[in-house]
Amino acid sequence: MADAEATKRLSSKKQTLDDAYAAPANFLEIDICNPQTHGIGRTRYSDYEVRMKTNLPVFKLKESCIRRRYSDFEWLRNELERDSKIVVPPLPGKAWKRQLPFRHDEGIFEDEFIEERKKGLEVFINKIAGHPLAQNERCLHMFLQDAVIDKNYVPGKVRSV
Amino acid sequence: MSFFGFGSGADIDIILDGADSRKQAEIKTEEGRKEKHSLYYDGESVSGKVNVTMKKPGTKLEHQGVKIEFIGQIELYYDRGNHHEFSSIVKELARPGELMQNATYSFEFVQVEKPYESYTGANVKLRYFLRVTLVKRISDLVKERDIIVHTLSTYPEMNNSIKMEVGIEESLHIEFEYNKSKYHLKDVIVGKIYFLLVRIKIKHMELAIIKRETTGSGPNTFNDNETIAKYEIMDGAPVRGESIPIRLFLSGYDLTPTMRDINKKFSVKYYLNLVLVDEEERRYFKQQEIVLWRKGEKVRRQIQQPASVPSTISNVASPEETSPTANDVEK
Repeated sequence: MADAEATKRLSSKKQTLDDAYAAPANFLEIDICNPQTHGIGRTRYSDYEVRMKTNLPVFKLKESCIRRRYSDFEWLRNELERDSKIVVPPLPGKAWKRQLPFRHDEGIFEDEFIEERKKGLEVFINKIAGHPLAQNERCLHMFLQDAVIDKNYVPGKVRSV
Repeated sequence: MSFFGFGSGADIDIILDGADSRKQAEIKTEEGRKEKHSLYYDGESVSGKVNVTMKKPGTKLEHQGVKIEFIGQIELYYDRGNHHEFSSIVKELARPGELMQNATYSFEFVQVEKPYESYTGANVKLRYFLRVTLVKRISDLVKERDIIVHTLSTYPEMNNSIKMEVGIEESLHIEFEYNKSKYHLKDVIVGKIYFLLVRIKIKHMELAIIKRETTGSGPNTFNDNETIAKYEIMDGAPVRGESIPIRLFLSGYDLTPTMRDINKKFSVKYYLNLVLVDEEERRYFKQQEIVLWRKGEKVRRQIQQPASVPSTISNVASPEETSPTANDVEK
């Protein structure tokens, strides 16, 4: 009868207690912290610590911690725009105005500005690293887990470890 | 709609037989309002009376004949000029002459075929109506009366459940199941989603019913998609081994039967869209066609009701096969 089927109890596969209480298989956290400005005068630049913790099999290292600067993020964004099929989220601003001379403040080395940029970069990298299609890109793995970015690398896809 | 020429002498009215006892049905108008008309089925006779009432008693009305037509037509909104009449029967009510007083004419379209269901959509309208024309030298008097036609089906012989495993390699694997592939308009969709692999951070999961109206053909094909219903079936992050039940009652929604290639002019198809949304608002979806059909209501026997039985009950066609491995991620 149609009525009985509409309200009958559904039978489903039992979930094992192991599965129910195991750590989730989707653990991925990236924190951007500890901004530091290096150098003096014209050669100054800031960089940030990129700390990653994950249990996703696609990443070779379950924990990594490397330093990256803004231009490294720009490099990553360009690689992904070109090679991957994803719509890459925007980076926090380039802040051209802050790089002009004759400012009354420290420009791009202002603490407040660096803090804002740090937050924007954290949002950016978490969005990308969690995207199933971006996780296949060699450039993302190099950005997150290699000590140095080799700009002469061969772009390509990564398979699960 | 009725048109009145200059110095027109009469009002025309069309009265359907048994209008009091006949069921009425509702249909949307183009503007989105709801209209009620008498409900007929395929094979039923359409009969009644046409009243011509003189506006000024005692005057004469010369005419070139009075006729009534039973018309079934499809109107594409982007091509208003061309009405595609798939059904057209004409009967003469009066020969050319003079009317000096009110007149009443009876008509009967015996067991007239009504192959399709009445439908008002985003880009196309299918309607059945009676049209009375009193032909005059300069301009005719015309009166139309719509009827609504429903097409009925019986329980399909084959009605397999829909069960599929889909996913994105290494990221998300689910198995979904819907208890049937063909549902009647007051049916219930009963099913479940089983999670085999969850490596993304899911925020919630919803099930939507999408109506796709297709008009035109070849390079001029136009699809209008409308989300008829959206229903959250899960809130929060599932893990491997979890089953999420689905129970969706269709009677609460404004649905029509599935209409396939009607007179080669349009189609109306329905899809279940299962959508998972992750914490970054990325959407993972799987669309699956379902066939909707109209079940006949229980007939209450009435004394003195003419035996009018629908002469055709159509078979419910199967939905198209879709690729079981397809899955999409919003890019």
